[in-house]
Amino acid sequence: MSEYLLLILGTALVNNVVLVKFLGLCPFMGVSNKLDSALGMGLATTFVLTLAAAASWVLEHRLLQPYGIEFLRVLGFILVIAAVVQFTEMIIHKTSPVLYQVLGIFLPLITTNCAVLGVALLNVQERFNFIQSLLFGFGAALGFTLVMVLFAGLRERLALMAVPALFSGTPIAFITAGILSLSFMGFAGLYTK
Amino acid sequence: MVIFSAIIILTGLGLALGLSLGIAGKYLKVEADPLVERVEALMPGSQCGQCSFPGCRPAAEALVAGSAPITLCPPGGSALVEQLAKLLGVTVDLSQTRDLEPWVARVGEDTCTGCTRCFKVCPTDAIVGAPKQIHAVVADACIGCEKCVNVCPTECLQMHPVEVTLRDWRWPRPLAAA
Repeated sequence: MSEYLLLILGTALVNNVVLVKFLGLCPFMGVSNKLDSALGMGLATTFVLTLAAAASWVLEHRLLQPYGIEFLRVLGFILVIAAVVQFTEMIIHKTSPVLYQVLGIFLPLITTNCAVLGVALLNVQERFNFIQSLLFGFGAALGFTLVMVLFAGLRERLALMAVPALFSGTPIAFITAGILSLSFMGFAGLYTK
Repeated sequence: MVIFSAIIILTGLGLALGLSLGIAGKYLKVEADPLVERVEALMPGSQCGQCSFPGCRPAAEALVAGSAPITLCPPGGSALVEQLAKLLGVTVDLSQTRDLEPWVARVGEDTCTGCTRCFKVCPTDAIVGAPKQIHAVVADACIGCEKCVNVCPTECLQMHPVEVTLRDWRWPRPLAAA
C-alpha cells in the first residue's frame, strides 16, 4: 500500500511531468492565464491521462507484445489516446456545459499533449504492471493539475504587479516557470528511487 | 507474417474505437441550436481566430445570439456575409464593406489646390508636394488610412482600389459553396 502511495507522490512531486520531465508545456503556458480554466484543464487532463495510461497498458500487453508488433507502439498509443480524448470531450459536453465552454478549443488539444503519450511510453519503459501504470498516470496527472493551478495563481498575481514593461506578459511568465521548476527540483531530496 | 498481424490488429483497433465513438456520440449527443450548426457549416472552419473568438463555433454562437456583426469573418469575405445575411434574416449594406483588396488614396489633379493639409496628416509620408503645387500620392507607401481624405477641403483626394498589374495579379479566391 505504502509502495503505491510512494509511487503517486513520487510521480506527482519528485518526477513532476511538467517541471522536471518538461512534458506537456503547451497547456502549461497556454491555459494558465486564469485559475478556473487551469483547474478545468487539469481535471480534464487527469481524466484523460489516467484512462489513457490504463488503455495503453492493455493495448501494450494484450495486443502489441503477444503479436510482436511493439514497433507500432507510438501509432497505437496515439490512436487510443485520441479516442479517449474524443470520449472525454463528449462526456464533458454532455455533463458540464460550463466546463466545456471554459476549456473550449483546448480540449481537443489534450490529444497532442505530450504528457499523455509520454506517460504511456514511460509505463512501458519502467515495466509497470497494470495497477502501477494506472497509479503512475494518475500521479502524473495530479502533478500536472497541481502545477497548472500553482502557475495560474502566480500569473493571476503577476497580472496585477508592476512588472517592468520589458518583461510584462510572456517573458515574466517564462521566468516564473523557470523558478517554479527550480523549486520543484528541491523535491528530489524527498525520495530517491 | 508479423506485418499481417500488424495490419489486422491496427485495422481492428481503428474500427473498434471508431465504432464505439460513433455509438457514444449517438448516446451523448447534446441538442444544440440547429441554427448555430447551420451558421457554423457556412463558416470557413479554419479556426483562425481573426474574429477574436477562439474558433468558428463560438463565433457562430455569437452570430446567432446577435452579439457579433455578420461581417466579423475576414477569410469568409463578402460571399459569407451575403449567405449569413440570407440565413439570419439581417439586411446588410454591402457597399460599406469593402472586399479584401487594398485601397489607396489618389489626388484628383484638376481640383487640388496645393493646400498641404493632406501631407501633414499622412502617417507614412506617402504624399509628396509643396505649397501651391499639385500633390501626388506614392501608392506603394499609402496604407489606406483615409486621414487625408477627411482633411481635403476640395474633396480631390479619393480612395481607389489598387489597380491590378501583372506584378501583383493573383488567382481569384475560390467561391464559398452555396
